[in-house]
Amino acid sequence: MKTLDPLAGPIAPGVLSKTEQELRTAFLEEIDRIPGGARLNQCIQCGTCTASCPVSHAMDVTPRQVIAMFRAGAIEELLESRTIWLCASCYHCTLRCPAQIHITDLIYALKRIAIEEGIFPARFPVHVMSETFTKNVKRYGRNYEVGLLLRYFLRTKPLGLFAQRRAGYALWRHGRIKLRPDKIKDIDQLRKIIAKAETFDLPQEKVTSEKVTAAVGYESIGR
Amino acid sequence: MDTRYTYYPGCSLHATGIAYDKSMRAVFKKLGSELAELEDWNCCGATAYMSVQKTVAFAVSARNLAIAERTGDDVVAPCSACYYALKHTRVGMEEDAELRAQVEEALAAGGLEADLSVEVRHPLEVLLNDIGIPRLVAEQTHSLEEFRPACYYGCQIVRPFGAVDEDPELPMSMETLFTALGARPVEYPPKVRCCGGMLVATMPQVATELSMDLVDWAIAREANCIVTVCPLCQSNLDLINVTKGSNGPTHQIPVLYFTQLIGLAIGCTPEEVGMEHALIPPDAKAPPVGVSSRHDAPVTIVGTREA
Ligand code: SF4
Ligand code: SF4
Repeated sequence: MKTLDPLAGPIAPGVLSKTEQELRTAFLEEIDRIPGGARLNQCIQCGTCTASCPVSHAMDVTPRQVIAMFRAGAIEELLESRTIWLCASCYHCTLRCPAQIHITDLIYALKRIAIEEGIFPARFPVHVMSETFTKNVKRYGRNYEVGLLLRYFLRTKPLGLFAQRRAGYALWRHGRIKLRPDKIKDIDQLRKIIAKAETFDLPQEKVTSEKVTAAVGYESIGR
Repeated sequence: MDTRYTYYPGCSLHATGIAYDKSMRAVFKKLGSELAELEDWNCCGATAYMSVQKTVAFAVSARNLAIAERTGDDVVAPCSACYYALKHTRVGMEEDAELRAQVEEALAAGGLEADLSVEVRHPLEVLLNDIGIPRLVAEQTHSLEEFRPACYYGCQIVRPFGAVDEDPELPMSMETLFTALGARPVEYPPKVRCCGGMLVATMPQVATELSMDLVDWAIAREANCIVTVCPLCQSNLDLINVTKGSNGPTHQIPVLYFTQLIGLAIGCTPEEVGMEHALIPPDAKAPPVGVSSRHDAPVTIVGTREA
């Protein structure tokens, strides 16, 4: 029986474009490192995840569709969806999935790829938050809420600061805003640890096309 | 009893969650348990780091565990996000040898090593299992009869790693605890729903909707306070109180930490448990109890699973 290898040969119906191939490879490298990542092909499309998700009503792609679209090869569309930025990491889908698919961790993996590839939907700047957060940690070793929010709003929506003023004032009046960041003593040690760990987050080994089709590619949906 | 714990406050407890910090320290002190703050702790990595760099997230979090191993006491992390990040790191390193090797190498670059000997625990579980309800009841000096809390557990202490050994869909430990202390917890079905977490900054409309729903439920069930176990849940729900206009709540409702309520019951003053930091202070008071009646009252559990 002849099997279709979507990563090789002339473009045929259902074959991935070059960008899609790259994204898929990157994603597979990521999910390869998630416990149970290969279970993706066990999804029975029951929709329990979507039904359990507190924000699915605001998503353009529901958690169930995330799995379906991935298996159909629509990685780029997934990375452009606002779903991956809307997920609040509440783990309700993961808890209830009858196929024990780690949906939350998969969405994390999609976020990481999107950040790496520089893909984010306009006006949904959640990634700026994550990035500002990591910069804070490298600088101080701790996360400084006021600085985090200020930088975030200045970079994304200065008007948002105005909208948040009431909340900020209320917290300040009750002694809950700190005006100076905490810095840890041994920041050098932390920076060394981060620098070393970063080397492991760069692509380690290229996933081969066989691995792509075998793990979660078209084969898993019976093509 | 003098037990010792390594206390990991995390970033929030030094700022927006200051009342949680105060009440944690007050309660543990009153009970004669020592909370030793982890030396030179760093950010736990939380959910934001995980979405940028995975190994870095684990390594950052593992530095804390490595330092905690010097004393070997259990790590107590009150913030749900910290609890989850530290626990996830510990479990992840145990299960994934490759990840463990990488994290160990990263730690070694900073002259540290982790042998994963310390446990990561949440204070709710510590108070329930190490101290225990009978001891808390025995220590009670003030009545909680006026309190009708809606016990809110939120996400990350019930899943994916249950901090307290119970049904992740319907935890009852806080209800059991506060009922034993004489309070009257209301039935609160959305107790494990998400408060919106960090979405409050990035997508405020969505987050406000989630938090507002939780507040509305509590008001509809005639609770006179919401009790939380996490600084992010607390501030998200508390901030609903200052939301004005058509988006605002019908009533304001105090949002407290479970440790504040326990503190009041065992004789800490409102100042000691940081009550002044709540945006809306509770109307309910905790007057001293006589040595009388209700200590031997049977413990009843409110709430039943809805069909
Ligand atoms: S709950 Fe699990 S099996 Fe069901 S659709 Fe979602 S991912 Fe698939
Ligand atoms: S973890 Fe994300 S996708 Fe899953 S239920 Fe929660 S918000 Fe929805």
